[in-house]
Parts: sequence; C-alpha cells; structure tokens
Amino acid sequence: MFLSVIAVLLLSMFVAISLGAKGLTLETVWTAIFQYNPALTPHQIIHELRLPRVLAAVMIGAAFAVAGALMQGITRNPLADTGILGINAGATFVVALSFAFWPGLPYGWIMFLSFVGAVLGTLLIFLLGMAAPGGLSSIRLTVAGAVVAAMLSSLSTGVAIYFDLSQDLAFWYAGGFGGIEWRHLKLILPVLLVTLVLIMPLAQRVSLMSLGEEVAINLGINLRWTRFLALAAVVVLAGVSVSAVGSIGFVGLVIPHISRKLVGVDYRLIIPMSSLLGAILLVLADLGSRIVNPPEELAVGIMVAFVGVPFFLYLARKERRAL
Amino acid sequence: MNSNTPSRGKRSIIVSVTLLCVAIAVVVISLNTGTIRLSPVAVLQTLFGNGSSDDQIVLFDYRLPRILVTVLAGAGLGIAGAALQGITRNPLADPGILGLHAGAAFGLMVFVSLSFTLDSSVALLIPLFAFAGSVAAALIIMLLSYDRHNGVSPIKLILVGIAVAAGFHALTLYLSLRLDEDTYSFAARWLAGSVWGRDWVHVQALLPWVVLCISYIWSRSKTLDAFNLGDAAATSIGTPVRSQRVILLLCAVALSAVSVSMAGGIGFIGLAAPHLARRLVGPMHRHLIPAAGLIGMVILVSADTIGRTIFQPNAIPAGVVVAAIGAPYFLYLLVRSK
Repeated sequence: MFLSVIAVLLLSMFVAISLGAKGLTLETVWTAIFQYNPALTPHQIIHELRLPRVLAAVMIGAAFAVAGALMQGITRNPLADTGILGINAGATFVVALSFAFWPGLPYGWIMFLSFVGAVLGTLLIFLLGMAAPGGLSSIRLTVAGAVVAAMLSSLSTGVAIYFDLSQDLAFWYAGGFGGIEWRHLKLILPVLLVTLVLIMPLAQRVSLMSLGEEVAINLGINLRWTRFLALAAVVVLAGVSVSAVGSIGFVGLVIPHISRKLVGVDYRLIIPMSSLLGAILLVLADLGSRIVNPPEELAVGIMVAFVGVPFFLYLARKERRAL
Repeated sequence: MNSNTPSRGKRSIIVSVTLLCVAIAVVVISLNTGTIRLSPVAVLQTLFGNGSSDDQIVLFDYRLPRILVTVLAGAGLGIAGAALQGITRNPLADPGILGLHAGAAFGLMVFVSLSFTLDSSVALLIPLFAFAGSVAAALIIMLLSYDRHNGVSPIKLILVGIAVAAGFHALTLYLSLRLDEDTYSFAARWLAGSVWGRDWVHVQALLPWVVLCISYIWSRSKTLDAFNLGDAAATSIGTPVRSQRVILLLCAVALSAVSVSMAGGIGFIGLAAPHLARRLVGPMHRHLIPAAGLIGMVILVSADTIGRTIFQPNAIPAGVVVAAIGAPYFLYLLVRSK
C-alpha cells in the first residue's frame, strides 16, 4: 500500500516537473535533475522554477495534511482542521496589517510576518483555553478556535477595506507556489522535515486519545502534555505552510479522511499516509493551476477546493454515522 | 414547569419591552447621526411632517430607508439564527453554516462579473442576485443532505453545509480575482455587510418576507421546543418532526436569505443574538424568538451607525463592527460558562 502510494507521488512529481507552459521532454527533465547544466535554458527552467515549486508542494502538502490529521485526532472532531486553530486567520490578519502599514515588503518578510500572525492567533486560543476553568477541553478548543478565526478574518476585512487593499489580500489568501525560490525552500524544508519526523513518536498517543479521553487517561497518557505537543507541532507545520503559500483549506480536512479509509484508525499509519497523500494532492493541484489556463495561474486554493469539495460531499453522503 | 411559566412569561415581557425601548432609542440616535446632523427634535418634527425640506430629503430619501433595512435585516438574522439553532439542535448553527452567505457572495460576484456598470439603476438587481445565490446554496445543501430514511438529519446538514460553503467560496474567489480593483473593493465592501444606498424599494421588497416568515416561525414555537427533546421524544408527543423540520428550515432559509441579500453577509448576529436572548428569557422559543429578533435589530443598527460615523471617510461595513465587538463577548461567555 505505502509503496504504491510512494510510486504515485514520484510519478506525479515527475509529471509536474515536465509539464508546464513550456513543454519539455522527459529526457531533458532527467538530465536537468541529475546532470544540471546551468548553460541550457530548459535546465534553468526546471532547476530554478519547477523543481522548487514541486518540492515545496510536496512538503507543504504533507505538512497541511499531517497538521489536519493531528487536529482531528486530538479534538476527536472529524471536521477539525488547522483553520480552527486560528492559524490561517491570524496569518491573514498580520499580512493585512503589513500590506497597510509597510507596503512593498519583500516576499521573505511577508512570510515571516504571517508566521508570526499564525502563532499569535493560536496563542490567543491557548490563552482563552487556559483562562477557562477546566482547561482546554476538545469542544471548547473547537468553539474558541472558530470564533477567534471569525473575528480575525473579519478584522482583516476591515483593515483591507479601510486601506483599499482588498484584492491584494485576496490574491495572497488564495494561495500559490509562484513566489517560491530556493532560498525560501532552504528555510522551509528543514523546519517541516524535522517537525514531521519528530511527531512520529507522538502518533501512538494521538491514536489512544482519539479513542476517548477516559481511555487515554486510563492508559496513563498525560493528556495536557500530549495535546500541547501536538498543537505545537500543528502550529509549526501549518504556520510555516500558510506563510509560504497562503491559505489552502481542505487539504487538512479531506486527506486524513481518505487516509483513515485506506489504513484504518491507527495514527502511526494515518500520519505517514496523510503526508504522502497530501503531497500528491498539492503537487497535482499546483500542476493543475499552472496548466489550466497558461500563462495565467489559477490559485492553488481554488484548485484544491474544486477537487476536495465534491469528494467531501461524497463522504458526507455515503457515511451513515456522522463521519 | 407550570409554576415556572407565568413568572418567565412576565420576565420575558419586561425584557422585550426594555429591548424595544433600546431598539427605538438606537434607531433615533442612528437617524440623527451622519454627515449631516439632525437634532432629535428635528427628526421628530420631520417624521410628523413639519420639518424643513432639506431635513425631509435627508431623512426620508436617505436615512430612513437605510435604517429600516437594517432594522428588518437585523431582526430577520436574529430570528433565523434562533430557528436554525432550534432545528439543528446545535448552538453553533447560524445562517453562515447553511452556506447562505457563501451563496449570496457568489450571486453578487456573478452579477459584478457580468455587468460593468454599478450605477443606481442596477442597484436593485444586486439583492436579487444575492438572494438567488443564497437560495441556490441552501437548496443544494438541503437536497444533498436529504435522506430517504431520516429526512434532513441535522448533523448531515452541517457537514454538507460546510462543504458546499467551501465550494461556493472557491468559485467566488475565482471570479473575484479576475475583477478590476474598483469593482472588487465595491464587492468586498458589500460582502462584509454594508447597508449603503438602500432605497424604499428595498424596504418594500424586504418587509413582506420578514413579516411572513417571522410570524410563521413564532407560531411554531412549540414545535421548536419539541425538537430540543430529540427526534424520538418529539415524535412521541405528537410532533410531525420530519415535515415540520423541512418547513421551518425553508422559512429560516428564506428569512436569512432576504436579510443577507439586503444587508450583506453579516455573521455573528445569527449566532450571538439567540445566545444572548436565551440568557435573558430562557430556552422557550415563544419568548426566545421576539427577544432574539430585537437583539439582532439593536446590534445591526448600532453597528451600522458606528461603522458609518466613526470611521470616516472609509466607512467600515457593519459586519466587521459586529464581529469585532461580538466575538470578544462571545469568547468571554465561552470562557465563563462550564
């Protein structure tokens, strides 16, 4: 199962690199990757434009999907995704402020600021959870998250309208891999990879938590600590991803469901499977967004929703119980 | 229960009368604030037909229709939220969940993408498109969540609602990114809930719907109370659960669709007004529905007044004001309650 999914991922990466506004032969792709020659234009296109995009799509797809799987596991809510933690909304709000007060910031700075926003949005929800008697129960986390997200995105709209920059913000929000360069990748990839590897030991505890809090407590799991670690991982994974490519919903919601269908309820299998499937989805979505209407690009977020919504509807209709 | 009802009834009457007074006060304040200030006396004089012609123009041609639209839409959103929360048995349900906002936004985007002129002559068509969009979204959601065995089950309704709303958002985003900047910021402003340039025609279009739907929903208060017991218990005390749920759902949808199409996508009122009302008058829908309507009215009229007077020259849409004030309060409630 895993081997065939990995094969699909490699295949789709290869296709994504070779297809595009300029058609290139497979042979060129192969030599460009493994015997890079900076003097040749096709090699340059692949090396400087397509390869970083595809790598970014792989890592960010994996990050979004794993973040979603973790959220669904610890909140025991099949509808939970990273949007609930205020990550997307926090990032959007800070980006809106930066567009308003420091117009023309370079891409790298916007990335940094939106990561700060993502962390701040989540921190707000953490603080609320701590202020509440009894701490962060799953349901409270979900509700607080939804309300904070609604407030922050509404404030972003207000800032955008007051300073006349609605469309700039919409472009950022819609998401895209167009601005990704090698120097950003060098920052993003290690962080995401390390986090993904580090959370693997958490997977078993998340599995037990997804069975219910009582079960987990009886088995001697420290709920608060597990929840904290998992949420911290989610913030890093989703925060970095959102700041790199904008707000791409639905990956974190849909992919864990598909993974659960394929490998069952054990998060030690769900998490790796989600990362692979998330990677495939975003590589294909990015490819789709480039080739639907070249040379214009469709926002990746839109592409993902077009694929994800019908699938999710199918799941919701088919399932007898509440997903 | 029986000994409880009269005192609760009394309390709810007191609350409703107080809310009504607050609502009237807010409307009067709203009527006399704006770029041209009118004193309360002048407002009253003009209302009774003794004002100067300038005052008359300001009041009758500009301010009054706008405020009446906010009044009706605020009440509509509050009551639609109360009904939806009763129907779905979910305290987080609001018109946004049924995809109504997303549908209205899509309708607006279709309209602005098709036509490139936004003069006043076409202004009446905007609510029409928004209405069509939100009804379309609601119908898609209800059809997809309809099940031959169980009718419309609440949990499926919410799941499907989220997905369909996301789909409409994607379509809206797709259209909106192709607009030019001016059109886009007009649309964004409208979507965030600004009640700008409303005319008497809009009041006339809104009024019958709001009155009809509100009275029907109120007349079915007992049914909504019965839903709270769960489907099985409600059926056993003689409530036709399946048919009533569909009819009430249609009513709530129509009510929020007309409100959203006139006032823009204002979240939070449908969510917060019923919660506030429940704190004031308890869970019986007979008391809850009028209170929720009045609270929604007060919130929307105040938010619109604040948005257009404090933030000059770029007025902030009422929806943003509502969320900025409503969300912290809601979070406070959440943290306080067990």
